Amino acid sequence: MNRATSPTDWKGNVMQTRIAKRYAAERRFKLFGLGAVLLSGAFLAFLLFVMVGNGARGFTYTHVAVPVDFKAMPLTIDAARLGDPDADQVIANAGLADIVAFAADEALGDGGSALISENAWKEVRSAIKDDPELLRGKTLFELPAASAVDVIAKDGGKGELAARVDALAKDGKLSTGIHWPFFKNADATDPAVAGIWGALKGSVLTIFIAFIIAFPTGVLAALYLEEYAAKNRWTDLIEVSINNLAAVPSIIFGLLALAVFINWFGLCQASPLVGGLTLALMTMPVIVIASRNAIKAVPPSIRDAALGVGASPVQVVFHHVLPLALPGILTGTIIGMARALGETAPLLLVGMRAFIGDVPGGICSPSTVLPMQIFLWSDEVDRGFVEKTSAAIIVLLIVLLSMNALAIYLRNKFEKRW
Amino acid sequence: MTMTQEDLTIADPKMTARGIDVFYGQKQAINNVSIDVGTDLVTAFIGPSGCGKSTFLRSLNRMNDTVAGARVTGTILLDGEDIYAPSMDVVQLRARVGMVFQKPNPFPKSIYDNVAYGPRIHGLAPTKADLDGVVERALTRAGLWDEVKDRLGESGTALSGGQQQRLCIARAIAVDPEVILMDEPCSALDPIATAKIEELIHELRGKFAIVIVTHNMQQAARVSQRTAFFHLGTLVEYGKTTDIFTNPKQERTKDYITGRYG
Amino acid sequence: MTFNAAALLLLIIGLALIGWLAGRARSAMLAGRAGTKLHSRPQYHGWYVALWLFAPAVLFLGVWSAASPALITNDVLASPAAESLPAFGFERGAILSDARNVAQGRQIAVRLPAAAPLVAPYAAATHKYAWIGIAAMLALALAGGLYAFTRIRPDFRARTRVEKIVMGLLLLASLVAILTTFGIVLSLLFESIRFFRLVSPMELLFGTHWNPQSGAAVKDTFGGIPLFWGTVLIGAIIAMIVAIPIGMMTAVYLTQYAAPVVRKWVKPILEILAGVPTVVYGYFAALTVAPALREFAVLLGIPNASTESALAAGIVMGVMIIPFVSSMADDSINAVPQAMRDGSLALGATPNETIRQVLIPAALPGVMGGILLAVSRAIGETMIVVMAAGLSANLTANPFASVTTVTAQIVKLLTGDQEFDSAKTLAAFALGLVLFIVTLLLNIVALRIVKKYREAYE
Repeated sequence: MNRATSPTDWKGNVMQTRIAKRYAAERRFKLFGLGAVLLSGAFLAFLLFVMVGNGARGFTYTHVAVPVDFKAMPLTIDAARLGDPDADQVIANAGLADIVAFAADEALGDGGSALISENAWKEVRSAIKDDPELLRGKTLFELPAASAVDVIAKDGGKGELAARVDALAKDGKLSTGIHWPFFKNADATDPAVAGIWGALKGSVLTIFIAFIIAFPTGVLAALYLEEYAAKNRWTDLIEVSINNLAAVPSIIFGLLALAVFINWFGLCQASPLVGGLTLALMTMPVIVIASRNAIKAVPPSIRDAALGVGASPVQVVFHHVLPLALPGILTGTIIGMARALGETAPLLLVGMRAFIGDVPGGICSPSTVLPMQIFLWSDEVDRGFVEKTSAAIIVLLIVLLSMNALAIYLRNKFEKRW
Repeated sequence: MTMTQEDLTIADPKMTARGIDVFYGQKQAINNVSIDVGTDLVTAFIGPSGCGKSTFLRSLNRMNDTVAGARVTGTILLDGEDIYAPSMDVVQLRARVGMVFQKPNPFPKSIYDNVAYGPRIHGLAPTKADLDGVVERALTRAGLWDEVKDRLGESGTALSGGQQQRLCIARAIAVDPEVILMDEPCSALDPIATAKIEELIHELRGKFAIVIVTHNMQQAARVSQRTAFFHLGTLVEYGKTTDIFTNPKQERTKDYITGRYG
Repeated sequence: MTFNAAALLLLIIGLALIGWLAGRARSAMLAGRAGTKLHSRPQYHGWYVALWLFAPAVLFLGVWSAASPALITNDVLASPAAESLPAFGFERGAILSDARNVAQGRQIAVRLPAAAPLVAPYAAATHKYAWIGIAAMLALALAGGLYAFTRIRPDFRARTRVEKIVMGLLLLASLVAILTTFGIVLSLLFESIRFFRLVSPMELLFGTHWNPQSGAAVKDTFGGIPLFWGTVLIGAIIAMIVAIPIGMMTAVYLTQYAAPVVRKWVKPILEILAGVPTVVYGYFAALTVAPALREFAVLLGIPNASTESALAAGIVMGVMIIPFVSSMADDSINAVPQAMRDGSLALGATPNETIRQVLIPAALPGVMGGILLAVSRAIGETMIVVMAAGLSANLTANPFASVTTVTAQIVKLLTGDQEFDSAKTLAAFALGLVLFIVTLLLNIVALRIVKKYREAYE
């Protein structure tokens, strides 16, 4: 062989050691990569584990057995009025709260009324409205315990209260059940009756408003940009605006909403209307970008074919392109809505960071959204709210996961690969 | 269509392949190919598109390993060693059997760094002076030194197509290979650049075993001493280039050469 | 009765539906009578009538909804009862809105006694303008509908006109984006300028003492440096130290080493990480990470370790950003042509040498762009820092101490009862302006880098 220099000694010691080192470096590198992937997975697992661990018990609540004898302590109301719309007020005025407190003192010992929730009497009230016969006799009610008792029953504790709770448990007077008020009630100061329904309904209304504003606007804008817009400076400006808006921090939209919607337009504060408008502005660019990608994926041959049979440009787009791009558009929209559902920062500034004790009635009533509720509860000092916060987080994560799963399902099922 | 031992073998071959099958998943791309690659010779693989010449070429330096689902069976020996044996180090193999691709693919680095990449990785030049020497020698052999010696720091991608391909050849030469595989190296180049590369192949012939895949028959006739004709994944005929082109033994070879199909 | 916009909208829609049916029927009838073919199908004539009925009325409805409160208030102020109002200020506004709420049925009774005499004028004015509005709207609707109806002829190019309107709608929808951007810029600028009349921009940008007081703007309390430092420490330093290595190596592993099965499972995990709401991350940081870090710091004897630390917020923020970095790195590495990888492997390089010395340098502009976008995302993040990093403006290099960021302060300044015009509120807008400009610059630079890089490979 005709070589200008001496051939490389591939088999020699120097080469072999070097190659061994290179392979060792290769193995290490690959391990780093795997480690990074596993670390990401571990973070997620840890997060979910902590949330579920803390929150699972938020779905249950401790109840105390308290017998209430209405024969001994009658409730002086007209049984016929129990069907009236203001029956709640009537019963309250008749002193049901005191009766229940008294019954608790009797059944549980001194200061027993402090062991049940101060709102426990409302459960009795609902039971009476459902079955007025109860007023004639003695019934054993499972009343929600006071928040402090619930905390001790679940986590243990020290001191006098803990001792009393232990005694109650030994007597078989404590039971645990699903905490329905968590799902049915709005926010409250007492952890025993605080629930997420108000926030959930607020979220639904807000997202609904956001959707009906952002979806048509976003899709129409995407259609315009992809199908009709001429390549001039105006179009560039629109595109640049949309791309920038998609990356603007969410809190800036809150500032915009405060200055324009609340201060200038004077729209109802802390309402799904304002919240929805704000989230719509935030989500529209996301929908535009996703829709543009979906529209771009439809091959030009479809458009050419439609034009070839004499369809007008508008008909080409609305009869041919849009239906084909729809799965991709819907996927992007669902993902955008899921993001909006989890947003808190912009809504902080439009007033939703307030204690809203009622379930919102309409799009102009003061309300809050689920992530905001989580934020508010996380600030609470009362330990009873800790597990509620995590439980609310579990609910929020389940909703978001379902939405994302739906989007992925849609994408896999309907997306055509051209 | 049997070929005699005499047809296949050469005295003192650099690489020998026996009974090679290549599968991509379920699809068989190469069917029972056996061939010798001569030292100091240029061997050309010709045949119509999709007949498997590139696939077979890539199995000579185990580049098929990088394709998911590719499987190679049979024996390929380099200087008597089975290159698919577990004891064969693939990294070394690819330094000894270099490759130049169809579309020039210089790295987005300077010209110097492009050529120095291989030697650096394999530790072939311990000092800067050594490395400078290796780079200069490789570029000279590739016929590029005079054109780039004053601008070694410029990006490799700033060169013209023909220069880029010569840069890639220099890059392959820099690691001191014994065989150079060329997969249609001129198909992306204009005629003048092509002529320069063919000239280069002539010069390199004495120093390396060269295998060139080409769909241009005239090019094969110009540069090679041995030609192998592939068709639909099988080796139809293999022999001296002059014989193949003037007096092919197989009917299919004759049909291809005379242009009855392509 | 009050001007119930929703009910009126439904009314107009109903009218438009009738118009649609009428237009369609008429066009079909005319064509049948004349025996000729229509230029456009009947439904387009229907749409034409419906749109002419709908659009003017709805436009008027919008304008009227915005204008009538002012008209109503003017009427009330002109009435004799208004003479006893205070001339200007908070109290005047409160009395007026109290009376307005009662008159329009949102409240049962007045809260401020001074508002009682104003209720009647408000009710009267509301009534009057409601009727005027409804009448005008219906008149417009009918006028529009009739005009369109009379133009229907067999050769009338209804479809063309309707399509023009549709195109106009599309254009309008696109302009929403520009409008929003303008809205953001203008509102931020406007309020910031008012702020800068009270406090000099130099102080905000370069002052080192942040302690805004209620009431008038005290000197030397609006220095933003501690905020900017906190933002950079958490978002650009700590979060990136976590996100960049993990994100990049994840992308490298997924693109170069992982079997397709692994890729299929890991991508959803990353998507989930990206989809977890920031409030959840914030809670997790405050509940678990921050106390653990504090104990760790106490163990090491680090001073000033707080339960709200920059490190806690930074680490969790970094985890949140991992999918972002990973996805951009993934895209960038995949954009590098396969030929480059083949060329390196064919020279006898190991995969990791190929990645480190060829692929990543080739992908670097794209990766850099991705990192800049990630930084932009991190510094704009609010909930994690509000919940885990605290609100004390501390200029310290100790990551275990409590610091605050621009976003957290914007939230703090706007919480609580303030006048909209107070220095604190305006300061929030000024901070918002700074944040907007910085993230905008980062985004523009990042996108430009990525664009140039993509073009290089096409």
